[in-house]
Amino acid sequence: MSNIGSYDERRNDFDWGQAREELAYDDAPTKNIAYFLAERNCERGLADKVALIWENAAGDATERYTFDEVRLYSNAYARLLRELGIEPGERVCIFMDKIPDLYFSFVGILKAGAIAQPLFSAFREDSLFTRLENAETTAILTMKKLAGRARRIRDKLPALKHVVVVDAGDAEPREGETYFDVYAAAPVKEFDIYPADEETPSVLHYTSGTTGAPKGALHVHGSLIAQYITAKWVLDIRGDDVYWCTADPGWVTGTSYGIIGPWALGATQLVLELGFMPERWYAAIEKYKVTVWYSAPTAIRLLMKEGADVVKRYDLSSLRHLVSVGEPLNPEAVIWSEEVYGLPFHDSFWQTETGCIVISNYPGMRIKPGSMGKPFPAMEAAVLDTKTFEPVKAGTVGLIALRPGWPAMFRQYWKNPEVYKSKFVNGWYICGDRATVDDDGYYWFVGRDDDVINTGGHLVGPFEVESALLEHPAVAESAAVGKPDPVNLEVVKAFIALKPGYEANDRMKLNIINFVRRKLSPIAMPREIEFMASMPKTRSGKIMRRLLKARETGEEIGDTSTLEDD
Amino acid sequence: MADELKDKIREYVVDEYVEEGEDIEVKDDTPLISGGLVDSFSMVSLKLFLETEYSIKIPDERATAEAFDTVNAIAALVREYADA
Repeated sequence: MSNIGSYDERRNDFDWGQAREELAYDDAPTKNIAYFLAERNCERGLADKVALIWENAAGDATERYTFDEVRLYSNAYARLLRELGIEPGERVCIFMDKIPDLYFSFVGILKAGAIAQPLFSAFREDSLFTRLENAETTAILTMKKLAGRARRIRDKLPALKHVVVVDAGDAEPREGETYFDVYAAAPVKEFDIYPADEETPSVLHYTSGTTGAPKGALHVHGSLIAQYITAKWVLDIRGDDVYWCTADPGWVTGTSYGIIGPWALGATQLVLELGFMPERWYAAIEKYKVTVWYSAPTAIRLLMKEGADVVKRYDLSSLRHLVSVGEPLNPEAVIWSEEVYGLPFHDSFWQTETGCIVISNYPGMRIKPGSMGKPFPAMEAAVLDTKTFEPVKAGTVGLIALRPGWPAMFRQYWKNPEVYKSKFVNGWYICGDRATVDDDGYYWFVGRDDDVINTGGHLVGPFEVESALLEHPAVAESAAVGKPDPVNLEVVKAFIALKPGYEANDRMKLNIINFVRRKLSPIAMPREIEFMASMPKTRSGKIMRRLLKARETGEEIGDTSTLEDD
Repeated sequence: MADELKDKIREYVVDEYVEEGEDIEVKDDTPLISGGLVDSFSMVSLKLFLETEYSIKIPDERATAEAFDTVNAIAALVREYADA
């Protein structure tokens, strides 16, 4: 029997109060998430239980940390921040690969009452700068190999008071920096955890939009209630599980379900420093006896490409439940995983703003391959008409919307109230995705309702890419669109008009691709470039991105004269 | 061609992927992707470099993390398609 039991019964009888009760939330000494991830587990007899199994990138070293060690090392990070003078509510960025310090410092930042701002370690200077500048981040915790990126932009960030390098050992710190070795630091047996309430800000995750710079979705400590119960019911995590979330905590999945959810449940979780490598992934499932695996469609489709034969070389019999997130999971992937692993991947849908899974396929519920599943119990969802914002009848394409009020919902876009307000219409939160709902109540993803590019589960804003492209000395005009891709759902494709005197050839393509990679990140880097003599424009001179996108998707755009007036 | 090829690949990897000021020696068998030096997303630009530099076409299904994991493996892949 799964944790959720019957979805239909939970749909009828669940309210958030039950999750609060299970967590003994109302009697807890604080609502600080960190308490529930560390101290509470120790208090309920899990101090010596392994919380984190970590394997290094090379695969030749494994480290195990108990919940008591999570408590102690997070205490040490929290004390460091207090000693540095970080005040509650200040933003502290975590800019690290998936090393244990990332996980301990996340808990430590929350203990100190600061707001954790995790950023993906593949971000280069411009992407890092945009997000640190907007958040007025006061400290960044990073690694030797990444510190140079922070150093190169530090002068432009007046709010950034501290650069802390966590893996420099006992080396002499550079001027103006702090070198901190949590394993060598004096143990901090007790730390006075910041007395957060449910509405105290906790985590700031940046997400991309069609226009403008990335937006910071601010979450609060009360999000724990929803992250706990969704991890329990959707991911079906139990006390004896070894749970593996392949997401990086630079993105919301990696914090909500790579740290908060599983540890609130007292589960052991596996972290591989390594990115995607099929055989190493299978070897890790076998070696660490992974039972619950939360991954992404791009990875699953790449595993499909590797084929079934490689799977037979490994003992994957420990697996019990598989879940997917990040982009729609195609029906072939669901069917393939059932054939090859003996278990279907269960698709789940949510986004940075929702903070927790909102629509999903649940253990025990019939899967319709290709469907996103059904709304989480206690959540009201609908598909709305794009013009009237009223619910549409079954089978009609519309906007996915959620009735606000669930605990993990974001509370604001950082310093961007207008855009935050624009996400709510007729009492609904509009997700920005299009779908249909069928007669059985299953949701079916259709596509984004904007120009945001979803590549491998990462959202990329076209504006950010186009701005970077325009900084290249050879680029006169540019447009970035999502091109459909069988593995990544979409890849970034750039249309470029060069300045006179520059030659359009493969070397120029490589030069531009690397230029964007170095400025933004490998994710935002165009995978494909098409040179054009000039770009299609509206009468007011705006590049018609939609027309270019329609060319890639094969979508009928109809009369372009209307676009010309945009 | 062998050493020149490996040197050229190594030079590109160091120029493009090793952080400024970082003291990392890239040997023929240094794990690039599994060692965390090159992320899997960046394989696209590495593939395009090889295709442009050596006038070859590497099929997407051969552009795997394993095939791009060391200078030795990359050189072997380039040779295979250069000879084809």
